Amino acid sequence: MANPENLQYTKEHEWVLVAGDVATVGITQYAADALGEIVYVDLPKPGSSTSYMKICGEIESTKSVGELYAPMDGEVIESNSALGNAPEAINQDPYGAGWLIKIKYTQLPELLTAAEYAALTGE
Amino acid sequence: MLTTPLNDEHVSLGATFTDFGGWNMPVRYGSDLDEHHAVRNSAGLFDISHMGELHVVGAEATKFLDSILVSDISKLSIGQAKYTIICSKDGGIIDDLIVYKMDPEDYLIVANASNRHAVLVAMQDMADYGFKVDIFDETEDWALVAIQGPKAKDILGKLVDTDLTELKYYSIAKANLDGVPVLLARTGYTGEDGFEIYIPVLESASIWRKLLATGGKDLLPCGLAARDTLRLEAGMPLYGHELNRTLTPFEANLGRIVAFDKGEFNSKTELLKASGQKLETKLFGVRGEGKRAARADYEIFLPGGESSIGKITSGVLSPTLGYPIAMAYLKADLDLTPGSKLEADVRGTRVPYEIVKLPFYKAER
Repeated sequence: MANPENLQYTKEHEWVLVAGDVATVGITQYAADALGEIVYVDLPKPGSSTSYMKICGEIESTKSVGELYAPMDGEVIESNSALGNAPEAINQDPYGAGWLIKIKYTQLPELLTAAEYAALTGE
Repeated sequence: MLTTPLNDEHVSLGATFTDFGGWNMPVRYGSDLDEHHAVRNSAGLFDISHMGELHVVGAEATKFLDSILVSDISKLSIGQAKYTIICSKDGGIIDDLIVYKMDPEDYLIVANASNRHAVLVAMQDMADYGFKVDIFDETEDWALVAIQGPKAKDILGKLVDTDLTELKYYSIAKANLDGVPVLLARTGYTGEDGFEIYIPVLESASIWRKLLATGGKDLLPCGLAARDTLRLEAGMPLYGHELNRTLTPFEANLGRIVAFDKGEFNSKTELLKASGQKLETKLFGVRGEGKRAARADYEIFLPGGESSIGKITSGVLSPTLGYPIAMAYLKADLDLTPGSKLEADVRGTRVPYEIVKLPFYKAER
């Protein structure tokens, strides 16, 4: 599957879209497929702070629980409330309607390119 | 890793695979929730060829099975199926099985994939006492598929030469399916009406395709993920979760299938002892609220309690019911009854649970 070229990635299978001082974060198609059908998400509330590679949320499928790692230091300014009633959007459209949180970041770490991430997942 | 005769079919359907009991099995083809709902509302098709098929034949086949299984096998009539348990001498559960009586001296026994060899060894040990019986492991001679759901009967009915209405729940018969001789059993592991079909390996792929083509949009291929959520809603135990060697049938709520009045059997002494003692733990059904499910190995507490009263063995957000359900082994001396309040520790957070009656879900028949 194609990882969008305009996004950056983490080793924990998140994607990051940077626009100004705000980064939108989601999980990759690879991660969504590996989890299976997602039935519940527990996302950090707006106003909470995030630390690089610290767990900040949970994504549950019927079969397993995945942890969401914050890709950067910062403050959550919005979480995708539409996922409360429709968590399957993460499976169906992980790079669009399935976005998880927006972070106003204080520092941007080094992230992976689409090609680097593809190499990581062996695709 | 072992592969089933239908492996190529799963690959071409785009399945995701997992190792289950040493077999490479499909977990899901698309959405496991869609597959789950298809079985509840329409029909689903499962490859369960990993299950072990053991064939027990001989003049003393009945007597032999009565000596090693906890049920009264002599009471079975030809074509009847029975859910039963094989225990070790100390009363621990080696496996749960289905026994089909094919002929007076001929039984088909279906074991869990991961226990097939343990069952075979236990049976061989017993046979060595001099029973006139032969035991054959025919697991790799058969493909086994399950068609389950309210529309299963109509779909299968279009392809077989027998009247499926005549095939009662928990019975088995020979039939021709699209011209191929098969065994048809009205059994399953989903809580819905349905059939399990024993197919010779060579014909299995063509029959799998024929079933899918005949079912059309009413029949979805289903993987082990859906099979697990379906069986859990139906309150059916899974070996390795609700059943294991350290448990007797009494703790697992399966005491009713132990036939003490049938004469001697390998585990009778220990099971009699166990049946007369107070249980330390017992299997319960519990449910939660909201969408956050407590899963296997999570601890259960009384509300505000400091020490755990037991552990969940299987837990999931029920796709049919919409709330979390689980089975759990809990202390048996706490007067827990449906409605009793509990708490589950979900990764560090206590969430409310309560005891409910099993099964969680029952199909209208």
